[in-house]
Amino acid sequence: MDYFLGLLFGPKGWAGNLASGALVTISLALATLPFGLALGLAVALAKRSGSVILRGLATVYATVFRGVPELLTLYIVYFGLQLGLQRGWKMLGFSSNLEMPAFVAGMMALGLVLAAFSSEVWVGALNAIPKGQREGAQALGLTRGMTFRLVVLPQLIRLALPGLGNNWMVLLKETSLISVIALPDLMFWTGRANVVTKEPFFFFGVACMIYLVFSLISSAGIGVLERRVGRGFVTGSGGQR
Amino acid sequence: MTWCEWPGVLIGNEAITNYGCRMFGGLGLTLQLVTVSIVLGALLGLGLALTRLFGGTIAAGAANAFMTFFRGTPLICQLFLVYYGAGQFRTSLEAVNLWWFFREAWYCAAFTFTLNTAAYQGEIYRGAIQAVTRGQWEAARALGLRWSQILRTVVFPQALMVALRPLGNEVVIMIKSSAVASLVTLFDLMGTTRLAFARSFDLSVYLFAALLYLVMVEAVRRLWDVAERRLTRHLVRS
Repeated sequence: MDYFLGLLFGPKGWAGNLASGALVTISLALATLPFGLALGLAVALAKRSGSVILRGLATVYATVFRGVPELLTLYIVYFGLQLGLQRGWKMLGFSSNLEMPAFVAGMMALGLVLAAFSSEVWVGALNAIPKGQREGAQALGLTRGMTFRLVVLPQLIRLALPGLGNNWMVLLKETSLISVIALPDLMFWTGRANVVTKEPFFFFGVACMIYLVFSLISSAGIGVLERRVGRGFVTGSGGQR
Repeated sequence: MTWCEWPGVLIGNEAITNYGCRMFGGLGLTLQLVTVSIVLGALLGLGLALTRLFGGTIAAGAANAFMTFFRGTPLICQLFLVYYGAGQFRTSLEAVNLWWFFREAWYCAAFTFTLNTAAYQGEIYRGAIQAVTRGQWEAARALGLRWSQILRTVVFPQALMVALRPLGNEVVIMIKSSAVASLVTLFDLMGTTRLAFARSFDLSVYLFAALLYLVMVEAVRRLWDVAERRLTRHLVRS
């Protein structure tokens, strides 16, 4: 027991590194969230728009990014952007090397995937808002922008929250893939600790437990949020069978 | 020229021509891993669901803890825990004659994927069984059916209709997540693609792999549409 505590908190302990890695994991997930959700909402609105081209594009986007493994998306975004940036940089006449920060690449890759998955949730929520709400807003003389902002959006959040909560849980776990492009997240430091100490079972076990705690906290937090946005709504007999 | 070189030749890409055969071989390994883990995971998942619904407090709690762990942690972490962790227990594993299993990356990956998908499938089956209304149970009991008969002939067929959609999603997720097998030295589709890119530096091999994954996922989706139509053919559609 003392031996394992020493591995974490001793003079050469890994607790500090693991904590900094966990912080990177959390910040990556939090940084991806607004980008992915906003893009997802845009894709959802495109899916419901009158234009055939927009609808087609949105459907293709969602199909592709939901069907390709996240790991592969990550590689394509990382290497693809790297090559593209490199080429653009050279074309501008610079001879130095331009590196794509791993954090940005990870954020973009995860954000693109999150947008594809959350667009489904947004569409479902948009469909669940009764037509009368829009008609009522129109009758009151609200513009389309105002209708969306004042009437649709507040209801949308309540309807979409359970689905978006799931998206968040998936995102949190997917951040672990970022370690393959050398971003010093929790998995990365765990791998390092394993190489140095030759205690893989202990360190990967600890990493799993940290992820598990994040998941449990998230699911509790989502529960609180759901109750908050759902207050004032009679839930009927739902939940009790 | 073999068939697996054709896609590369057709689009005139050297890297895809050279590594096409390896990539299709990798595709085979991916399908193998996914099929094995989905089937074994289904059996284990059903057991977990039944334990959670009908088991005693301790058994249900253990099943719940198992499912929470595997659903709450990343697959890559679970895989590393098994693959690298097993090496540490080599002497004990050799003593119980299990080292041959945990020595192979393939077995480790199939083992981890099975446990992971069992947890997710268990949750699906639990929800589906709970969705069968109480009246169905009572009627079956009134007819004098035994517990196992009720499950087999009354509850499961109806639960399957509810479980089918999420199950299809789970298969798709498994196909996609199986790409992490490439991180433990396995040459699945992702692994062979990484090799092809490392040697050719041609990004199009990644795009070709993306296309192959998309085809697999689309095939599953189509298959599931057919299955759903078949399972619900007795229901009146509006």
